Amino acid sequence: MTINHHLNDDLLMAYAAGTLPEAFSLAAATHISLCDDCRAALAAQEALGGAVLNMQGEAVMNAGALDAVLARLDAAPPTPPAKQHARHPVLPSPLLDYVGGDLASVKWRPLGMGVRQAILTTRDRGASARLLYIPAGQAVPDHGHRGMELTLVLQGAFRDETQRFARGDIEIAGEADEHTPVAEAGMDCICLAVTDAPLRFKGMIPRLMQPVFRI
Amino acid sequence: MMAVRDGGDRAAFAQLFHHFAPRVKGFLMKSGSDGALAEELAQDVMTTVWHKSAQFDPARASVATWIFTIARNRRIDHFRRTRRPEPEALDWGEDSEPDQADIYEAAQEARLLAAALETLPEAQRALIQSAFFGDLSHGEIAAQTGLPLGTIKSRIRLALERLRQTLK
Repeated sequence: MTINHHLNDDLLMAYAAGTLPEAFSLAAATHISLCDDCRAALAAQEALGGAVLNMQGEAVMNAGALDAVLARLDAAPPTPPAKQHARHPVLPSPLLDYVGGDLASVKWRPLGMGVRQAILTTRDRGASARLLYIPAGQAVPDHGHRGMELTLVLQGAFRDETQRFARGDIEIAGEADEHTPVAEAGMDCICLAVTDAPLRFKGMIPRLMQPVFRI
Repeated sequence: MMAVRDGGDRAAFAQLFHHFAPRVKGFLMKSGSDGALAEELAQDVMTTVWHKSAQFDPARASVATWIFTIARNRRIDHFRRTRRPEPEALDWGEDSEPDQADIYEAAQEARLLAAALETLPEAQRALIQSAFFGDLSHGEIAAQTGLPLGTIKSRIRLALERLRQTLK
């Protein structure tokens, strides 16, 4: 599979640092599941995180911290490993977790003209994620968004005025981008779309979102 | 780390603890935790290092990088009360021993990266650090200029290609 549209360095670094809102992290994790280039680029960003940690100034641990941890090594049972999903032809494993099953479990809601969407539940409300189902040949309905929108193709393909996006490709659209993507003829198109939600931002989320807005 | 992973060696674990626990605590305090919380989370992180040591692969990441990802995930779990969506795991194969040349190269790259980070101008280094503390500011990507991240990406990209070949 050849992927032509990738995560940019801003998103990769924020995902490596763990500062992306959950919905954006879901899009990043899903793209990386399909894209070895970005998987390798993520590893390089994480190596930078490791170097930052290693040069970090030391904060004195409490007296007895080591003993406390040693005492927990046998006592605390290891957390059970996350269950591995069987490989799904459309939904990579991070999405299977959010959908709670395969495509049959998706709770689609009609948006008109045969287009359907399913909002995925994220606990952190800084951004929202949904699956879009666009019949072959159909235009994606106008969906205004503030800030940034990521659209990751899972099945089929869509085109806008200049580019084509197929499975694994991710489109990064800013606020100013006017585009009218159209699903290609042949196969119905399924995408993961992530937008910053029009919510009242509180706490740490807006601060984390700022770099995303500024791209 | 290998003695911890392969031998369950507690003395080796104590050495890892002395090196990394204070750094993890310092890192978490820079990320906005107070001292007591950072202490608790740093102890959790070191406990996880022990329990997940079987997953450590020196051909793919340095010890510092691997512990960084554990600390990062613990921070997300705690502050967001939600898990970080992770990419689909790759099956690197249980018994495929990592290539010694890969391990050597990975260690070499980690040293080069650390040295490059040390020699960056202070302002540039501070930008990168704050990006990882969760205190991003504009231009942090430009701040990475001059760091040998491309070589790390290329080597891992090659390893992934080899893996895909064997999976075919």
